[in-house]
Amino acid sequence: MRGKENREKLIQLFLLTIALSAISILALISIFIFTEGLPIMFRHGFKKFLFSLDWYPSEGYFGLLPMIIGSLLVTAGAMVIGVPLGLAGAIYLTQFSSKKVRNLVKPMIELLAGIPSVVYGFIGVVILVPFVRENFGGPGFSVFTASIILGIMILPTILSISIDSLMALPPSYREGSIALGATQWQTVRMVLLPAARSGIIASLILGLGRAVGETMAVIMIAGNATALPRSILDPVRTLTSNIALEMGYVSGEHRQALFATGVILFIIIMILNTMANLTSKRMAS
Amino acid sequence: MISIEVKNLSVFYGSFQALKNINIKIERQKISALIGPSGCGKTTFLRCLNRMNDLIDEARVVGEVFIDGLNIYEEKVDLLELRRRVGMVFQRPNPFPLSIEDNILYGLKVHRINDPKIMEERLIKSLEAVQLWPQLKNQLRKNALTLSLEQQQRLCLARALAVEPEILLMDEPCSALDPIATARIEELMFELKKKYTIVIVTHNMQQAARVSDFTGYFLLGELIEFGETHQIFTAPADKRTEDYITGRYG
Ligand SMILES: Nc1ncnc2c1ncn2[C@@H]1O[C@H](COP(=O)(O)OP(=O)(O)OP(=O)(O)O)[C@@H](O)[C@H]1O
Ligand SMILES: [Mg+2]
Repeated sequence: MRGKENREKLIQLFLLTIALSAISILALISIFIFTEGLPIMFRHGFKKFLFSLDWYPSEGYFGLLPMIIGSLLVTAGAMVIGVPLGLAGAIYLTQFSSKKVRNLVKPMIELLAGIPSVVYGFIGVVILVPFVRENFGGPGFSVFTASIILGIMILPTILSISIDSLMALPPSYREGSIALGATQWQTVRMVLLPAARSGIIASLILGLGRAVGETMAVIMIAGNATALPRSILDPVRTLTSNIALEMGYVSGEHRQALFATGVILFIIIMILNTMANLTSKRMAS
Repeated sequence: MISIEVKNLSVFYGSFQALKNINIKIERQKISALIGPSGCGKTTFLRCLNRMNDLIDEARVVGEVFIDGLNIYEEKVDLLELRRRVGMVFQRPNPFPLSIEDNILYGLKVHRINDPKIMEERLIKSLEAVQLWPQLKNQLRKNALTLSLEQQQRLCLARALAVEPEILLMDEPCSALDPIATARIEELMFELKKKYTIVIVTHNMQQAARVSDFTGYFLLGELIEFGETHQIFTAPADKRTEDYITGRYG
């Protein structure tokens, strides 16, 4: 008996250590970003970083507004494309398609999630960019193009997690609803979606995170101009691209300015996450 | 008066025949109990009466089921209306993860009954019918999953009653409940049979003897015997029924 208890304790301790080290690594990364990025922001003032339009870091201009807007636009665009498609797909595959179709499509979705982002970017450059340029105008490298590719990239995340949460519902919900004379669609809309809400919202948050954080594909297709876009056919640079594009050669204040970009990215992601969580709580009550 | 008449009903799951040529006449505003060993097809039979077997891809139903003279397996039958008229209560209470009120009103919304006055009236009436109204009238916004199992089962019954069915199908409605709750649900059934035709599947022979007017004994997909409960339990016509009710089955 004694020995068993001791072993329990040991295992607990072991798991605790692992959990703590995972958390502390995250904490260390955050602290590092902030200690590197915050001083320069204090020195030049937050306002300059957040609201000015000019980004010439070697000359002391650190305006990140175009990149902030770029990130938000591209993310919003990706959600506009990815969320309806993802939800519709998840609903179709779990409620309306035959088992055969579902068993065929689900592994394909998981495969889609495993394709490296540079491949998506490449497809974007080779196919979508010229297509947008010829049919919609502008340089082709644009908010619009990036939104489409990002929307497709977040699809697997939204799809597979939404599918899992819909499939995890007890079949008795569906049976209970159908037995009352509800149609399939009423059942989905009035019982199943509300019941699977937390999982679905989690899928949207993860999709959102992926869209904000995606770098490689965006660099390849968004055009990376540091000016404010006037339409969705104009090129933009996102916060992540800003860091990735310039980190190879920077030093001094310029380097710190990239960490400041990271700080802002960090804060934006926190805000988006909190908002998503709050909406899900509000919907729950 | 006959409410449900089943003629030559067979059900197949793939190549497995779960029901074999069932013929039965179920009386209006009476309680008919279906008993029989596990896997003999009681649930399958019950689910034929509101066409819930349509949901199972590999299930195939052959034969006729007349409800008030209309064959519900005809092409042109309005399934949604059928399921409104034939309510169902399941083995495990399955309230939706919504509020108590939304659970009751669900059926109304589904059938596009939006008049607030009617909704309010049905809400009260159906909760009263299952004797939940006094306890729950001040917590209608509470999530239905927080109720006790017995309350949940009553709620599911009330949810079915709210759309004003004529027939109630109950598949072992008490199997998740303790004996006291079971007794109370049985009492409720006596109340309900004044208005509804009730078909109940039960594993519990005492329950069948206590509550039902008619009893049917299923064995391996066949309906061995169907008749007045009193007669089935005292003087069964078939040897196999006798073996089962005297506990010599198996
Ligand atoms: N969806 C299905 N697919 C294939 N076979 C099924 C399916 N549902 C039921 N069966 C089979 O049909 C037979 C009858 O099942 P049914 O559920 O109607 O029995 P039951 O009398 O309700 O049993 P229990 O008392 O255990 O609830 C069983 O042999 C069962 O294995
Ligand atoms: Mg059963």
